[in-house]
Amino acid sequence: MQQILKLIAICVVAVLPLGPVAAQDAEAPIQQLLQEHGDIIAKSSRKTIAPAIDALAASGLAEAQAVLERWQAKEMWRNKETGLFVYGTKTKKELAAFDFASGAEIGTFPTKEFKQLKPNSGIRGMIGAALVQFQLNAPDPVARATALDAIERDAEPAHLTALRGAIEGEADAGLKARKARLERLLTIRFAEGDAERIAAIEGFAGDLGVDVRATLNPLVVTEIAFADAAPDGPEVARLITLGEATLSRRDAYDMLVAAELAPPRLDADAKRTALIENISDGQVAGVQVASLSTEAARDIAYAKLAERGLAAPAATEAQIDAALAQRTFFERYTGATPSVAVAALSVLQSIEAKVAVNQTADLALDAISLASIYFLAAIGLAITFGVMRVINMAHGEFIMMGAYTGYVVQLFVPNYTMSIILAIPLAFAVTFAAGVAMERLVIRWLYHRPLETLLATFGISIALQQIAKNIFGTQARPLTAPGWLDGSLVFNDIVSISYIRIAIFVLALLFLALFLFVMNRTRLGLEVRAVTQNPRMAASMGINPDRINMLTFGFGSGIAGIAGVAIGLYAKVTSEMGADYIVQSFMTVVVGGVGNIWGTLLGASMVGVFQKGVEWLNPSNTLAAQTYMILFVILFIQFRPRGIIALKGRAAEA
Amino acid sequence: MSEARLTQSRRGPLVARHPSLVIFLVVLALFTLGVTVLAEGFGMGMISTSFVKTLGKTLCLCLVALAMDLVWGYCGILSLGHMAFFGIGGYAIGMWLMYARTEIIVAESMAAAALPPTAAEISQGIATQIFGVVGASEFPPIWAFAHSLPLQLAAVVLVPGLLALVFGWLAFRSRVTGVYLSILTQAMTLALALYLFQNDSGLRGNNGLSGLQNLPGLDAVPQATVSLWFFWGSALALGLAYALCTWVVSGKFGSVIRAIRDDESRVRFLGYSVEAYKLFIFTFTAILAGIAGALYYPQAGIINPAEIAPIASIYLAVWVAIGGRGRLYGAVIGAGFVSLLSTWFTGGQAPDVNLGVYTIQWVDWWTVLLGLSFVAVTLFAPQGIGGLFDLLSRRARAEEGPQGLKEAPQK
Repeated sequence: MQQILKLIAICVVAVLPLGPVAAQDAEAPIQQLLQEHGDIIAKSSRKTIAPAIDALAASGLAEAQAVLERWQAKEMWRNKETGLFVYGTKTKKELAAFDFASGAEIGTFPTKEFKQLKPNSGIRGMIGAALVQFQLNAPDPVARATALDAIERDAEPAHLTALRGAIEGEADAGLKARKARLERLLTIRFAEGDAERIAAIEGFAGDLGVDVRATLNPLVVTEIAFADAAPDGPEVARLITLGEATLSRRDAYDMLVAAELAPPRLDADAKRTALIENISDGQVAGVQVASLSTEAARDIAYAKLAERGLAAPAATEAQIDAALAQRTFFERYTGATPSVAVAALSVLQSIEAKVAVNQTADLALDAISLASIYFLAAIGLAITFGVMRVINMAHGEFIMMGAYTGYVVQLFVPNYTMSIILAIPLAFAVTFAAGVAMERLVIRWLYHRPLETLLATFGISIALQQIAKNIFGTQARPLTAPGWLDGSLVFNDIVSISYIRIAIFVLALLFLALFLFVMNRTRLGLEVRAVTQNPRMAASMGINPDRINMLTFGFGSGIAGIAGVAIGLYAKVTSEMGADYIVQSFMTVVVGGVGNIWGTLLGASMVGVFQKGVEWLNPSNTLAAQTYMILFVILFIQFRPRGIIALKGRAAEA
Repeated sequence: MSEARLTQSRRGPLVARHPSLVIFLVVLALFTLGVTVLAEGFGMGMISTSFVKTLGKTLCLCLVALAMDLVWGYCGILSLGHMAFFGIGGYAIGMWLMYARTEIIVAESMAAAALPPTAAEISQGIATQIFGVVGASEFPPIWAFAHSLPLQLAAVVLVPGLLALVFGWLAFRSRVTGVYLSILTQAMTLALALYLFQNDSGLRGNNGLSGLQNLPGLDAVPQATVSLWFFWGSALALGLAYALCTWVVSGKFGSVIRAIRDDESRVRFLGYSVEAYKLFIFTFTAILAGIAGALYYPQAGIINPAEIAPIASIYLAVWVAIGGRGRLYGAVIGAGFVSLLSTWFTGGQAPDVNLGVYTIQWVDWWTVLLGLSFVAVTLFAPQGIGGLFDLLSRRARAEEGPQGLKEAPQK
C-alpha cells in the first residue's frame, strides 16, 4: 500500500515537474498523519504535544524521521491557508518549500503565507527522544553506537520502547549485546510491571559493571520514619532500635520535634540566646550574669526564666523518654516498590561479594606492582650492600641520575620509544662510571669501616642532590613513557593495571634473571663471590680484588641507573626522588636478609604487600601506610634481626 | 679526654681532673657575657636581636651535638634519630606555648560577650583557632596536658626519653648494631616525620606549630629581651650538660662505654651488661636532645615536620664529624662552626665566586661544598677540627716521648 502511494506521489511529481506552484500531495500518509495532529503541533505546547510525537514515532513511515528532524531544527512550516506542512529554509522574505512526502521542491513563497513552527527546548528534547529509535536503527554502526552512548548517559523512559524495537534487527553482535544489556538496565529503571523489573534485576546477579550498581543502588534507598503502632507492611525494610549507629536518641527526638509531635529540647545555643535576651541590670531572672560561666548555672537560670514565663519550658528527660517510647522507628523503602527493592538488595549483595573478591585481586596486583618498584630500587643495593657489604647511601642519587639521564635523552630524541631504548644503556653507562669513580676515590679507602662508609656516602648523596637541584632546578621534570605503554590492561570494571606497572614488573623479573645469571654463570660472578668470601685467598688465586670490587660496585650502580629510568616513567623526576626510595630500599634489603637476592625479592614483596594492605584499610592516607610500614619493619627486625633469609655459618660473620 | 686521663690523677674533683671543662665553661661564660653586653636588650646594641637568636639557636645545636657525640663518638652508636628527639622536645614545649597564647587571645575575645564563657566554650574556641587550619575543631587526645606548663616541660624530658628507651631496648636486645642500627634509627625518624606530616596527626600536619617566639602573658616584654633570656637559658643548659657529659664519660663508666665502641663483644665477654650501658647512653642523650629542642624552637618561632626529616639527623652527624668525634669540645666546635657557616653561606652574605664561565652562588653551592668537605673529613681527617688541638699538644709534649694519642680504632 505504502509503495503504491509512494509511486503515485512520484508520478505526481513527474507529471508536474515544471510547475512553480506544484500541487502538494495532501493525501500522502505522512501529511495525513500530520494533519491529524495538526492543531496540537501548531499549538506547540509541551503539555499537549506528546500524542503527536508518539504518533509520528510509531507510524512506521519512512518520512517520519525527516519530519522529526526538520521539526526539531525549526525548519517545518505550515501553510496558513491549507494547513499543509512543508519544510524549507528561509531566505530573506521568501521560503523555498519542500514536500515531506516526495522531498521535491514545491516552489518559493513569501514567508508571510507560512507559519514557522518553533518548538521550545522541552519539545525539542521530546522530539530528540523520539528520534533515538531511528538513530538506533541507523545504517551506520558508528551512529548506532553514538545513540547507545547518549542513552547510557541520560536515559529516559521513552528510550526503553525504542531500544526494544531496535534489538531484533541489529546485525553487529557487539552492538546487539550492548543493546540487550542496556534494555535490561532500562527495564529495571523504567518498566511498569514489578515482575518484569525483578526478572531484569535477577538477571544481573554477580555482574560487576559499575552501571549495574548505579542502576540498582537508587532502588534500595530507604528513609527513616516513625509510627505510633508497630508498622507492618512490605515497605518496612527493618525496625530500628534507638541508640544504634543509624539513629541516635537525640536525632530520633529531633524528628518528633520536626513533626511537631513533641516540645523542643533545650540545646546550649538556644539556652544562651534566651539568657542573653533576658539580661537586665546585670542579672538574668535574679541570677548574676557573672556567675553564669558553667552550664549547670545556666540551667538553673533558665529554669527560673521558665518559671517566670519568660522562656518556653524545655522538654525534660522524662518527656523525651515518654515521647520516644510511644513510637516505633523504622526504615522503609522509598526508591522502588518493596518487592523490587528486596530483589535489588539481594542482587546487590551478591554483587558486593563478588566485588570484594575482585577488589582483593586488584589490591594484589597493586601490591605486586609496588613490590616490583621496591625491588627495582633495591636490586642495585642487593649487589653493593648485599654482596660487597658496602653501605652506599648515595644509591638513591644513582637512581636519580638514571632518571635525569632519561630526561636529558628525551630532550634530544623526541621519539619516546627510541629515547627510552637509548636512555637505558646510557643511564647504565653514566651511573656505572659514577659508581666506579666513587669506589676508586672514596669507598676503597673505607672497606671494613662501615660507619665511615655510611657517612662519606651520605656526604656524596647530599652533594649530588644539590648539584642536580642546581642544574635541573627544584621543579619536577617529566620522563614520558612511549605511547604503547599508555593505558591499562582492564580485566573488568574493578580489576585493572596500567601497562607501565606491567613493564616495571617485567623489568624487575629481567633484573632478577640478569643478577642470577651474572652472579652464578659468569666469570665475573665467580670472582665477585670469591673476593667477597676471602679477598686474600682470591688474590692469591690470581684474581685482582681491586678490579673486581670496582666492577661490582659499578654494576650495582649501573642497575640503579636503569631502575631510575623505570621509576622516572612512573613517578616524577626530581632531585629528591632518590631520597624517597633510599630508606625503603635499605628496609627491603635488610628485611629480606643481606646477601641473598631471593631475600631481597621476598623483602620487597612483604614491604609492598604490607603497605598496600594498610592503604586499603585507610585509603585516603598513603603517609600513614608508609609510617606503619616502617614501624612494622622495625618490629620485624626484632624477631629476625638478620632478615627473612639469614646467612648461616661463616658467611654471616663477614 | 684521653690526654687528661693520662696526665691527671683519677682522684680529686671533676674540674681538677678535666682542665678542658674549666676552659670550656670560662669560654662559654665570657661568650655569654660578651653577647649580653653587645646585644640590643641590655647593652650597646651592636648585635641585632635576630643575631642573638641565631647565636642562641646555635648554642642549642651545640647541645644536641654534644648528645650526638656522647652516643656516637663515645659509645659508637651512629644514631640518625637524635634530631627526631630534638623535634619532639620542640613540639612538647610548642604545644604549651601555642595553647597558652591562644587561650589568652580567645579569653580576651570572649570577655566581651554577653555571658561569661564556660570552660567548654573557651576550650572550643582555642581548638577552633589552633586546628582550623587542618579542618578540625576539637582537641586531639595528645593535647590533653597542653594547658599545663609543668606537664609539658615534663613531656620535653619524658617523651623523648621513653621513646628512646623503648626503641633502644628493642634494638639493643636483638643485637642490632652498626649500620643496621643507623638505618633503623633513620627509619624511625622517617616514620615519625611522615606521621607528623598527616593532617590528622593532631599536631597540625605540615603547618606545624607557629608563633612560638611570643611568650604567653609577656607580650609587653620586647623580643630583644626575650631573645637574651633564651640565649642565657641555652648557654646555661649547654654549660650544665657539658659538665654532666664530662662526668659521665670520666671514670669507669666512661671507660666501659668507650670500650663498647671499640670492641663490643670483648666487653660483653668481660661480663658487662653492654645492652644496659648502651640503653642508658641512648636514652640520656635523647633527653638532652629533647631539652635542646625545647630551647631551640621558641627562638626559631616555628616547628614543622620537615625539621624532623632524616636529613636533619645526618647534618647533626656531619657537625660532630667535622668538629671531631670522641671529644666533647669537638662536637660543640663542629656544631657551632658549621651551623654558623651555613647561616652565613645560605643567608646570601657570602660573596659569589666568578669563574668567568660560571658564577658560583653560595646559596646554591654551599650544600655541595658541605657534602664534599664531609667526605674529605671522613677520608683524611677522622679527628675533625678537634684533631688540630691534638697536633698542638703533641708538639708541646714532643719531648715527653710517646703518649696515647693514637687514633681511636674506628668501627
